[in-house]
Amino acid sequence: MTEQHTADVRAAVDDAFRADWGKVVATLIGMTGDWDLAEECAQDAFAQALRVWPSGGIPQRPGAWLTTVARNRALDRLRRRVSEADKLKQASLLSPPGNPEGGGVDAGDIPDDRLRLIFTCCHPALPLEARVALTLRTLAGLSTAEIARAFLTAEPTMAKRLVRAKQKIRNAGIPYRVPPAHLLPERTSGVLAVLYLLFNEGYTATAGGRLVRHDLCAEAIRLARALVGLMPDEPEAQALLALMLFHNARRAGRVNAAGDVVTLEDQDRSLWDQREIGEAVVVLDAAARRGHRGPYLVQAAIARCHATAWAAADTDWALIADLYGVLEQMVPSPVVELNRAVAVGMAQGPQAGLDLVEALATSGRLDGYYLLPATRADLLRRLGRPADAARSYRDALGLAVNDAERRYLAKRLAEAEADVESDGP
Amino acid sequence: MNYLMLVCVDESVKLSKAEWATMTAEVKAWVAGMDASGVRLLGNQLAPASDATTVRVRDGEVLLGDGPFAETKEQIAGFDLIECADLDQAIEVASKHPVARFGALQVRPYI
Repeated sequence: MTEQHTADVRAAVDDAFRADWGKVVATLIGMTGDWDLAEECAQDAFAQALRVWPSGGIPQRPGAWLTTVARNRALDRLRRRVSEADKLKQASLLSPPGNPEGGGVDAGDIPDDRLRLIFTCCHPALPLEARVALTLRTLAGLSTAEIARAFLTAEPTMAKRLVRAKQKIRNAGIPYRVPPAHLLPERTSGVLAVLYLLFNEGYTATAGGRLVRHDLCAEAIRLARALVGLMPDEPEAQALLALMLFHNARRAGRVNAAGDVVTLEDQDRSLWDQREIGEAVVVLDAAARRGHRGPYLVQAAIARCHATAWAAADTDWALIADLYGVLEQMVPSPVVELNRAVAVGMAQGPQAGLDLVEALATSGRLDGYYLLPATRADLLRRLGRPADAARSYRDALGLAVNDAERRYLAKRLAEAEADVESDGP
Repeated sequence: MNYLMLVCVDESVKLSKAEWATMTAEVKAWVAGMDASGVRLLGNQLAPASDATTVRVRDGEVLLGDGPFAETKEQIAGFDLIECADLDQAIEVASKHPVARFGALQVRPYI
């Protein structure tokens, strides 16, 4: 066996892991109802692939091979349990084992249970952080250590969170299924919210030194892509995928070499991934053709305005302001209002934006949110009021937690203070 | 699966006579519906939390508390034992209980 061959096998197993881990786990949970057993047997199957594929060759359908091996392994273990506990009933529920080497296994006869798994992981009776962790563990195949690292949590804490979530699924009777029609819209938006949270956690890390954690963004996109494949008639899933792709396409321009934030206006647009933007446009158009207007569709349309403007000055801010207005009607939120104020400030001038920001500030609904004073500061700066701007930058600095964002605000504060000096007292 | 459904209300919220009458009628209708469908196994309204007594034994000594054990705003006003296929059905049953609109229902599975 050559070195090259070993590398090929490793790459094939890695590919299969990314493509099929969730499918294998989901199928095994569907078959056994035992989440831990499903994960362990899936792990065993991938370990066996590493052992067997170098000599036996990479199977034509790695996913089917892995599912069969994992299924046989689960059967073995359940039989042992059954003989130990003498519960024959359990074994009779299981289908007969297949042969991974033979041609008898068709990808078609292995059900894709991932949709059931997604809805169960994202059940609203589970705490939000558990939904996110469980989705990453069972669907994306991240290890507990990797998830803990991604969320800056200690590994034992994350392990406990996962154990508790699985316990609640079992003990409280959270069903392993795609919800019935009357629950589907609500539960689907719950699933989309978890995926978007995952993406945002990667895109703007809420704490710590780095602004972007690409691994989480990539996982979120991969999961959204899988969801689009599993729910081809759900335009909001497509819209969410498009939204993530538009954001992700700009990642190289968002942070400079020093790790500092570069504002949208100052980003080098040649760094944006045009292939990804192109894909996002195609996905968004497909979603829009379905005629359904949901909040992700509107957000993706806004992201498209930014991503497809060749220069900052070409941005259609009037359209963006209108879209934020539409979004505000769909999902009333002070953050959306703040974003609309920014767009209005660009379309109609800083004073118009400032009026909206001041009204928001008076309402007190964004108290403690650093982007409120940061936005106000920016508008004041553009109005030529550096002393007022400096005061607001200082307020924002007192509220921001991400290091990269803090450095950006500190820089702007220094500029505003310099302007005050040069203007005289 | 069996779930204990705790019906909780904020006792400081006072209902008017008319509201109370409507509520009572709606609860009766809920009970009748859930009994008929076989979901509700048993249940009852409870006397106010001020009538509760908390019992503890520490070092062999019986210690009594002159109220409920939790100092929360929402107190248990009643309970129902329900039998459902899964949590989604239990959530649906609870969400149809009239108290859900102003109080809170806790659905807790049997072990």
